[in-house]
Amino acid sequence: MYIYDAFDRRLLAERVADFRDQVARRLSGELSEEEFKPLRLMNGVYLQLHAYMLRIAIPYGTLSTLQLRKLAEIARKYDRGYGHFTTRQNIQFHWIKLAELPDAMAELASVGMHGMQTSGNNVRNITTDQWAGVAPDEIEDPRIWAELIRQHVTLHPEFSFMPRKFKIAVGGSHHDRAALRIHDMALRLYRNAAGETGFEVMVGGGLGRTPYLAQTIKPFLPRRDVLSYVEAVLRTYNQFGRRDNIWKARIKILVHDLGAEAFAKEVEAEWQSIKDGALVLEPAMVADIAGRFRYPDYETLDDSPPELVAARRRDRGFDTWVNTCVTTHKTPGYAIVTLSLKPEGGTPGDCTAGQMDKLADLADHYSFGEVRVGHEQNLALPHVAQRDLPALWRELDAIGLARTNVNLISDIISCPGLDYCSLANARSIPIAQEITRRFHDLDRQRNLGRLHINISGCINACGHHHVGHIGILGVEKNGEEFYQVTLGGKADENATLGTLIGPAVPYAQVADVVEDIAAAYLDLRDKPGELFIDTVKRVGIEPFRERVYAAR
Amino acid sequence: MPLVENGQIVQDRYHYLGNDEPIPERVPVIVSVERFRADADGLIRRDGSLGVLWPNDRRIAELAPWLGHLALVALQFPKFRDGRAYSQARLLRETYGFRGTLRATGDVLRDQFHFLIRAGFDSFEVKKATDASAFAQAASRYSVVYQPSADGRVPALRKRVQRPDTADAAE
Repeated sequence: MYIYDAFDRRLLAERVADFRDQVARRLSGELSEEEFKPLRLMNGVYLQLHAYMLRIAIPYGTLSTLQLRKLAEIARKYDRGYGHFTTRQNIQFHWIKLAELPDAMAELASVGMHGMQTSGNNVRNITTDQWAGVAPDEIEDPRIWAELIRQHVTLHPEFSFMPRKFKIAVGGSHHDRAALRIHDMALRLYRNAAGETGFEVMVGGGLGRTPYLAQTIKPFLPRRDVLSYVEAVLRTYNQFGRRDNIWKARIKILVHDLGAEAFAKEVEAEWQSIKDGALVLEPAMVADIAGRFRYPDYETLDDSPPELVAARRRDRGFDTWVNTCVTTHKTPGYAIVTLSLKPEGGTPGDCTAGQMDKLADLADHYSFGEVRVGHEQNLALPHVAQRDLPALWRELDAIGLARTNVNLISDIISCPGLDYCSLANARSIPIAQEITRRFHDLDRQRNLGRLHINISGCINACGHHHVGHIGILGVEKNGEEFYQVTLGGKADENATLGTLIGPAVPYAQVADVVEDIAAAYLDLRDKPGELFIDTVKRVGIEPFRERVYAAR
Repeated sequence: MPLVENGQIVQDRYHYLGNDEPIPERVPVIVSVERFRADADGLIRRDGSLGVLWPNDRRIAELAPWLGHLALVALQFPKFRDGRAYSQARLLRETYGFRGTLRATGDVLRDQFHFLIRAGFDSFEVKKATDASAFAQAASRYSVVYQPSADGRVPALRKRVQRPDTADAAE
């Protein structure tokens, strides 16, 4: 993980002092709420239905146990004893008092954490593959590049008041686990035919009211040019992105209106004038950042040690957990363990302070003191020796974090919805909870296989419903909550937007509709191994539509 | 509206010239883009400093051929949140090498000073008197910067490589 140096620590301290001053001016009335709003947003502070909400960045989803314990402390001291992991590698606290925010931020800064640019019209927290540095199919650790970009755009003098928010993702593997094509800008690291590594650059992706997948505007960007090219894209967007209509202000609209080719041309002209200037990344600069990412001192071990093989044979529950929650690590003898934050009837992504503390202890003991946060709102222990898996499983089970529903129908991605959010039109969490109750039988879930449900409580699409295998979007009709259902979306390297199956259904019928879709899939799949998403692709949505609306 | 230059509240030497107002000799004036475009040659020949108020939705490249004759360019922030003029400012300073006075006008508040200075502004029409008097304090708030910009400050990325010991010295 990235270790802050004196520069990083000092900037953070200065940022906290700045915010403390802004809060004092707001509390004294010197700043109006309208003037204060963009300032607090730049620090991750929202005003929600019941209270202020603080969103804290978890860069690249990587947390040290020191940081995790601090989050637990913040949850206890300033909030109601829990935090909520979001779909963008952030954690949110929903019940913080404005006057206490500067102190909470100072405490976070003491462990190298912050809420800078987790909201507002600037470049947001850069996201990557949650398995960066441990994935077997990785070409290079994308976090080094994400960190270079993060620093470059932090308190950027030119790009802190853009038309809208700007989300960047960086991928470093063949398999896309960072949902690259739904980002405003994405960089995919790969090796070209000449054997050099560089980046495919995509722009203009995004969900919300007008969903688009990002288009490639630069097939191969050399490593030295990453910062200058990002600068050229942002400069083009900052000047020409629309500011007259909030729904048309994202870069996707500019790219769509100009056409990707014309947009690329505009960027290229700007880039040519700056590419050989102060932003050239010298190898020593990249090496300096790379040198501050620390990797565990792995032992030399073999895959599938006898302890693991014997335990799997002995205990069916353990074997199921290994099959569902344990993934291959790039170092022999190690594994990546995913921890489901999706208990039956629970709120997706919620984690109590007690769980955080206990998990920190387990990570210290079993995972070199490191925890990961993924966009699916689950956590992972990224460096577990395979021989330790049986012991870890028992300990996780004791704190309710060994649930074997990872990637199954009850592993639901959901935004907070109308229960918390002032933008929402409809509730999300109770829909997720009801679905997990309907499908509480894990054998039934396993029979359905890999199936992702994404729920958003409004068109802003924080639950990424467009790219859910089953997407559920809450809308308001005559003062009542209705839900649109889409099928066939996905956010991987073959990203696709889901297709609407028909008219919206009322709140009380959503879980029934999901049951109908699941039943239709079981009838339609050509063999038990055909995944839901593949069946939808093969047969289209029509047979699902018929099944869902026949009785309605 | 107080004007801040060189960290001090100062009297404005410039007069904003109305579009129909006769042109005074020797008085420093700021003209609208319409007036400038209608009579650029005449305005330039006049004896006296010339400034142009440039809108934030017009490409700054249009102004490039005239920059050598301009003593001041005023850029606009119609709203605090509208940040187009930051790009125009950096282009003027870094791409077109403008060395005259670069003035920020409009909704200019204390919490923009850091960004404005870094983007190359050196003259500020500040909306609130309290903000103008807090200029020096607000301007010196950050001792670390992460990116090169028009103010020439050395970013952390480069400092780390230039002198590997500075990172620790910064404490």
